[in-house]
Amino acid sequence: MSAEATILLAVAVPLVAAVLIVLTGSRPNLREGVTLAAAAILFGLVASLFPTVLAGGRPAVVLGEMLPGLNIAFEVEPLGMLFAAVASFLWLVTSIYSIGYMRGHHEKNQTRFYAYFAIALSSTMGVAFAGNMLTLFAFYEVLTLCTFPLVTHHGTEEAKRAGRVYLGILLGTSIGLQLFAIVWTWTIAGTLDFTDGGILAGKAAGPTVGILLALYVFGIGKAAIMPLHRWLPAAMVAPTPVSALLHAVAVVKVGVFTVLKVIVYIFGVEFLAQAASSRWLLYVAGFTIVAASVVALRSDNLKRRLAYSTVSQLSYVIMAAAILTPLSAMGAALHIAAHAFGKITLFFCAGSILVASHKTLVSELDGIGRRMPWTMAAFAIAALSMIGIPPTVGFVSKWYILRAAMEAEQMFAVAVIVLSTLLNAAYFLPIVYAAFFRAETAEPVAAGGPARGAEAGDGGTPRHRGHRREGHGEAPLCVVLALTVSAAGIVFLFFFPDLPFALARQLAGGAG
Amino acid sequence: MIAAHLPALQVVIPLMAAPLCVLLRRPVLAWALTLAVSWVVLAIAVALLLQVLETGPVTYPLGNWAAPWGIEYRVDLAGAFVLVIVAAIGAVVTPYARRSVEHEIPRDRIYLFYAMYLLCLTGLLGIAITGDAFNLFVFLEITSLSSYVLISLGSERRALTAAYRYLIMGTLGATFYLIGVAMMYMMTGTLNMADLATLMPAVADTRTILVALAFLTVGISLKLALFPLHLWLPNAYTYAPSVVTAFLAATGTKVAVYILIRIFFTIFGGVEVFRINLIGDVLMGLAILAMVSGSAVAIYQNNVKRMLAYSSVAQIGYMVLGISFATVTGLTGGIVHLFNHALIKCALFMALGCVFMRIGSVNIRDMAGLGRRMPVTMASFVVSGLSLIGVPLTVGFVSKWYLVQAALEKGWWPIAVLVLLSSLLAVIYIWRVVEVAYFRPAPEGGPAPAEAPLSMLVPMWLLTGASVYFGIDATRTLEVAGGAAAFLLRATP
Repeated sequence: MSAEATILLAVAVPLVAAVLIVLTGSRPNLREGVTLAAAAILFGLVASLFPTVLAGGRPAVVLGEMLPGLNIAFEVEPLGMLFAAVASFLWLVTSIYSIGYMRGHHEKNQTRFYAYFAIALSSTMGVAFAGNMLTLFAFYEVLTLCTFPLVTHHGTEEAKRAGRVYLGILLGTSIGLQLFAIVWTWTIAGTLDFTDGGILAGKAAGPTVGILLALYVFGIGKAAIMPLHRWLPAAMVAPTPVSALLHAVAVVKVGVFTVLKVIVYIFGVEFLAQAASSRWLLYVAGFTIVAASVVALRSDNLKRRLAYSTVSQLSYVIMAAAILTPLSAMGAALHIAAHAFGKITLFFCAGSILVASHKTLVSELDGIGRRMPWTMAAFAIAALSMIGIPPTVGFVSKWYILRAAMEAEQMFAVAVIVLSTLLNAAYFLPIVYAAFFRAETAEPVAAGGPARGAEAGDGGTPRHRGHRREGHGEAPLCVVLALTVSAAGIVFLFFFPDLPFALARQLAGGAG
Repeated sequence: MIAAHLPALQVVIPLMAAPLCVLLRRPVLAWALTLAVSWVVLAIAVALLLQVLETGPVTYPLGNWAAPWGIEYRVDLAGAFVLVIVAAIGAVVTPYARRSVEHEIPRDRIYLFYAMYLLCLTGLLGIAITGDAFNLFVFLEITSLSSYVLISLGSERRALTAAYRYLIMGTLGATFYLIGVAMMYMMTGTLNMADLATLMPAVADTRTILVALAFLTVGISLKLALFPLHLWLPNAYTYAPSVVTAFLAATGTKVAVYILIRIFFTIFGGVEVFRINLIGDVLMGLAILAMVSGSAVAIYQNNVKRMLAYSSVAQIGYMVLGISFATVTGLTGGIVHLFNHALIKCALFMALGCVFMRIGSVNIRDMAGLGRRMPVTMASFVVSGLSLIGVPLTVGFVSKWYLVQAALEKGWWPIAVLVLLSSLLAVIYIWRVVEVAYFRPAPEGGPAPAEAPLSMLVPMWLLTGASVYFGIDATRTLEVAGGAAAFLLRATP
């Protein structure tokens, strides 16, 4: 099969899957079969593009002309390849997880959930492979809209309010700022194609560059740079698989991915490095890293803590990109992959805890490691990756960002990384410690034990949030399986980082 | 043979069909005739557009009287485009009308409805096709008089006051237009637009012509409901029968915008009209006020039909803004938005017609839980609503893109900001409806409303689909709109 067809299929397969999911809605097993099959096919498709891209190829295809001179076009370059590979692999893992979670937690409207989930993946692929800014923007907006029903899945008053924040910030920034920036770029440069070295060199100068960069960076609300980060904690009201794949991987990574694309292919790293008016980005990103970490430190709700940790980690990518050297761009690309694996594992664990024990607060987790050893072991590995301790992939990306900051003599960035590492340790390690080494506060009836046989789906009334299941064990098998795989991925990528490396190195033009 | 007479047939067929409706009397027969006519009219309009695209403007001397003396029909790209818009909306609304009209209009008046509907269609098509300033007035009056009647057929008594108010304002507008035409005739001795265009530069600086221009502009601004002359519109749209609102919202104001374009760029085409007394700046200011205030007021409406009516005021602002740039990009944006907005608004009002049929109200409070009860209708409402907001891959995005681009090309970035701001306001008022329909549970005990009949759903989804299709592939509409704009501005495309 030609690479062109593969690209189009990568976007189309999840869409077709969404239709099939709706059609098979009355038969849950078949419906989940569709999701799994689609995820597997998608990963296969994306993987089949690897050799071409690694060999330096840039397979491209034009779907059609949207506006005169502006096509809906796809082009696979290393960064998009990396992102698509991570997202599609984790969709497969998340699908397995979702089955355990959604059934174990007795969620309603599961057909709608799986259908919109598939559409979200389709638009993620569209963003990853977009060949120009217009195409990217179109899929970016579709992603916002199709994740809205996922965020508001429970249909409660709280969900509605979160949905408002979500849509308000994401649509507000994208229409109000990003679209403005895109049209402006189009009027200045006469093209929106992603081009090596950027399209603005020689066409914009002085403060224009800084203003345009600000419009892009703040217009890409999905990157959650402060003060436009509030939609992300708000989105945590969604079911956990949504938080895991979409709000730790797909949606937020679309944000930083877009920022990275804009910096590398619209402005061009070298062009931006010469523009004095673009310096502020480093400081805004640095501030976000530290401030979000502080908020995370003070959050008792586990998912909220993870959300603010995500805000902080996203800005790592932006700060790395803002150092504006080839090496730093490479670090940024690696961190997209590294954080994806780490954060999705953490969310899987949070969901696993919720399903098995209905606990949502950090302060309730004392001693839970003995009941849910697999979950908390995975949590510990992912937490190490977040902090950046070997043998986890988080160490690799952080190493490169730190090295880039040192080489560029950006002492501000170095200081931020050091400070934030301490903060990361301060808000993750106590959870691991409490889970394994502290005794349970309220002594539950010691039935069940840590055996995995105590499936969470049995009998109980999980809709009652206050209800504390006595003597719970591990979460359902699917859930544990998924989080084990993603945690294994974290370690695997530390020892075998060749593939992401090769792609990131291409992006950086052979540096490092 | 027939092909040569297409311009005349375009108007004559619906005109002759209207009295036939009265003779037929039976509602079904009247509807069937209207349906046939509206489809034939669409076929003619498309044929004319293709002809214009191929050979350039088509002229047709009525009764073979040569141009400056007789009435000349003249179809250029802009005219042909508007013809297609009006005819297409007519062709889609008619199938929708049957069930909706049965539900909202007393049976013994249905044949009158179709007669008036055909007359209204005649007038709208006539305005777009004629090349004669006075003949345009005649068609304008045909349109207006029939639309007063159509609006007054609304089921509430308030429809009468709404129609009456529109009648007063509309008559004022038409009279102003007539005064303007008379003054131009006084100075140039001709009523033919092409002729006026050649004679105008010589007399353009006289006070009479300036006054004429003022009368023309204000008169037509009344007709197209440009802020602050829009006060007739919200009530007229709210209380008219659903079909009438869907039809007029998609065609009536669009044709008025077309007249404005004709005046500025054809009749005054030889003059740089926007240099005269800041007329461009005034229009631009009013357009921006319309955009922002229309959207802002829409947010506070509880009647969804009225909400969309205010949204129309804002959207008309977009079109006038496009005109006021007087650049190819801007005018392209304005003209393409005629088409795009027609698709969007017609589909939205059709969705409300379906809602009204099933729950007897279009008040936002009564729409609770409709997302589950009428999923097909509400899905269409959401998609069209997104298009109204201007989400990419919908037509609304295309219009917005061009307007923002036109503003930035001129370096007027605050205007670009305001265009985008207005579309963000649209997010708020559309999402108010979405939240009620999808998040609020349906009231207990009420009758469980079913989905609207297929004959209403299909036309609605046809427009919704078109609104997505022409958003993904906008090259065709933009080719025509861009060509029309370049032709009107006498620029090479």
